[in-house]
Amino acid sequence: MAATLTARGPARQRSTRTSGVTALHVLATAASLVAIVPLGYLVARAGGLGWGTVWDVLAQERTVALAVRSVGLAAAVALTCVVVGVPVAWLAARTDVPGGRWWLAVAALPLAVPSYVTAYTWVAAVPSVQGFLPAWLLLSLSCLPYVVLPVAAVLSRVDPALEDVARTLGAGPVSAFRRAVSPLLLPAAAAGGLLAALYVLSDFGAVSLLRFDSFTRVIYTSFRASFDRTTAAVLALVLVVLAVGFVLLERRARGRDDRWRVGGGVSRVPTQIGLGRLRLPALAALVALYGLALGVPAVMLAVLMLRGRRAWDAGEWLAAAGNTVLASGVGTGIALVLAVPIGMLAARRVDRWTRVVESAAYLGHALPGVLVGLSLVSLGLAVLPGLYQSLALLGFGYAVLFLSNAIGSVRSAAVQVPPVLEEVGRTLGAGGLTTWRRITVPMTAPGITAGALLVLVTAMKELPATLMLRPTGMDTLATELWTRTAVGAYAEAAPYAVTLVLAAAVPAFLLAQLVGRTA
Amino acid sequence: MTSRHRRRPAAALGLALAALLLTACGGAGSGSEDQAADDAVVVYSGRSEGLVGPLLARFTDSTGVAVSVRYGDTAELAAQLLEEGDRSPAEIYLSQDAGALERLHQAGLLAPLPARTLDLVPATYRGDDGTWVGTSGRARVLFYNDDTVAVADLPDSVLDLTDPRWKGQVGIAAANASFQSFVTAMRITLGEQAAEEWLTAMVANDVQRYDNNSAIRDAVDSGQISLGLANHYYWFEKATEVGAESLAVQNHFLAARDVGSLVNVAGAAVLATGAEDADALRLVDFLLSSQAQEYFATTTFEYPLVAGVDPADGLPALADVEGPDISLGQLADLDGTQALLTRVGLL
Repeated sequence: MAATLTARGPARQRSTRTSGVTALHVLATAASLVAIVPLGYLVARAGGLGWGTVWDVLAQERTVALAVRSVGLAAAVALTCVVVGVPVAWLAARTDVPGGRWWLAVAALPLAVPSYVTAYTWVAAVPSVQGFLPAWLLLSLSCLPYVVLPVAAVLSRVDPALEDVARTLGAGPVSAFRRAVSPLLLPAAAAGGLLAALYVLSDFGAVSLLRFDSFTRVIYTSFRASFDRTTAAVLALVLVVLAVGFVLLERRARGRDDRWRVGGGVSRVPTQIGLGRLRLPALAALVALYGLALGVPAVMLAVLMLRGRRAWDAGEWLAAAGNTVLASGVGTGIALVLAVPIGMLAARRVDRWTRVVESAAYLGHALPGVLVGLSLVSLGLAVLPGLYQSLALLGFGYAVLFLSNAIGSVRSAAVQVPPVLEEVGRTLGAGGLTTWRRITVPMTAPGITAGALLVLVTAMKELPATLMLRPTGMDTLATELWTRTAVGAYAEAAPYAVTLVLAAAVPAFLLAQLVGRTA
Repeated sequence: MTSRHRRRPAAALGLALAALLLTACGGAGSGSEDQAADDAVVVYSGRSEGLVGPLLARFTDSTGVAVSVRYGDTAELAAQLLEEGDRSPAEIYLSQDAGALERLHQAGLLAPLPARTLDLVPATYRGDDGTWVGTSGRARVLFYNDDTVAVADLPDSVLDLTDPRWKGQVGIAAANASFQSFVTAMRITLGEQAAEEWLTAMVANDVQRYDNNSAIRDAVDSGQISLGLANHYYWFEKATEVGAESLAVQNHFLAARDVGSLVNVAGAAVLATGAEDADALRLVDFLLSSQAQEYFATTTFEYPLVAGVDPADGLPALADVEGPDISLGQLADLDGTQALLTRVGLL
């Protein structure tokens, strides 16, 4: 059996021993500056209004009430995702539930369905669906993969020796899981919950279709009706504050992050747990859950597609699909370049600066896409007019919005690389770069790939920033879908919705495979 | 650890991403060269591709002038144009609403149009300072469900909708630009106080809120509510999609000069950044040609604004749908309307 060490003490030493500014600090700081471009824009806009007026907008009773509603919804969704997502991940990754690991692939699929499509199909099926309760349920179903996938990944990797040791020390199976394994799940579950909460804060499509007055919906309303960028900017600053609150909360929940193992031999593949009589009830629960999350949208999209009368243009459809892959691919590339140094630094350092850098990178995810879009219009024209409305700037926009999706995966992968291995590499005479290339990169590659896939699947669905930043004349699946739903041609929109879901299902499926394979 | 097995997909993904990044940079470079090389008219269209795309294709066919179109939401494009200012690549702005055009005019972003272009359209349907022109008309109507409401029971004025018999039965889209234009018109014609009283009474009468006109139409059609305030062509859109015979929702035109009969326009303007390009003006003139006006009448079911072209079958003549006595440019005053809607709890 492998001798296992889950270190806490040495990590503390490590961070104090190698304190000071490193190249990684510089790289990560530069990367996070990119992520706060929208914040700079919001502050500049709000400042132009005069701080007295800003205060008037903020102090309105309604602003406070809306903030409370939005926080309530975001917290409810995040908690639901954690409470439901952890058992789902456990069933899929560790038990003999019928279907086994295929459930991981199913669990990734809600990522492929934009929440505005889920909401739309539900409203089409049951027109009276509206308000907090449906918004809470549907957004929870949409955000569930944010928790299920990382938790399943950890469960697949955890050395069962940990539980064995706990059992030999007298703990029962439940207690062994709770005391030896659940602390390892916490960081992954908390990071997933954070992404869910930030997604809800920035979501516009679902809440507007379900007629739930959230903060972001009101930002859009005031913006659309009066072309007023300033009030929207001031209100968005409140979202930034709320997002920071969630980031800090996650940090507390995550706790300390050193979860690497060293020891002779390799980690054993975790044993499968027999559910016994609970096998079928567990299966029924999974079927019911994903029937709601995927079945209802799938059936309604099919119904709408058959209801349509107009012919559709295959060339236009193909071009949109190609552009979607191209633009989201470019965005993913840029997001990775930014996320890798931030994630690595966050895994290795516990100093205050690192915390600031990592938190800053999450802000883009909490802001409405339309404001991120406007900030890049402003920045693009001022700094790089030649790149304005180019694929590169659009990709950059995606990176700002979805950087946070990659950071978590990179960080969770990097924390499992024992720093001692890198130190051994150094003492054997390898330079910093060689060590990084030969030890750190190979060991974190699955995490980086998972992060890339998560950015890819999210960027494919993005709409408001795409409308502003895409090259003039370029259509993606999301914009084609919007073009049709905006004029109420839902039947005509359905093929684009179906294609978008199928296209996004590919990275979602690969992501599930990756999670499954780490066992 | 099994890192060697995992390295390969990661490396492949890395390669693919690097290739994409190169494409993006190459694409960006060639894109800006393209723009410099051919002089396509750059259009920011707040009207959807399905509506104006075929029309712009006809313009290119008949004139040989290429058009490069950026589709978006009317208000979001207006905000983008305000953000871009004098660095905007856009030459033409197409709007669904007179207020957005007037707002860009106030920001000094529009170039004046020549009198021969403006004079094609009645003075009511163009900007007071001659910087924008309406290309088609959109009348406010009352939707009703013909299963639940008898024609004889339909009100003549929008002011009657506060009657208790319609409690919980009327749908509005308070965030929608066309509804806000209507409320602005009410503030102008009846005064702030009367407008606030009406809205407050509507709220007290349990008015039902929807996100857009299509949602109101579908709710009336499904019988969820009996009445809805929206624009006339939403009915035609649905009728084209699923067939008129299967619809329970119908259009009802309120009495002439009632504020509920406001006729707003979708319009066009040449931006100051496009003032040098004669092709930009040609495009605006094309939108006012009888060919384009007939297209609006028969395809988008909006009112043609140029004399000599008839509206779609089943629509009353534009002269009979007499709206309230206001200048459409006044509809840009949305701040006051927003404040009012917020005060009564509708926004």
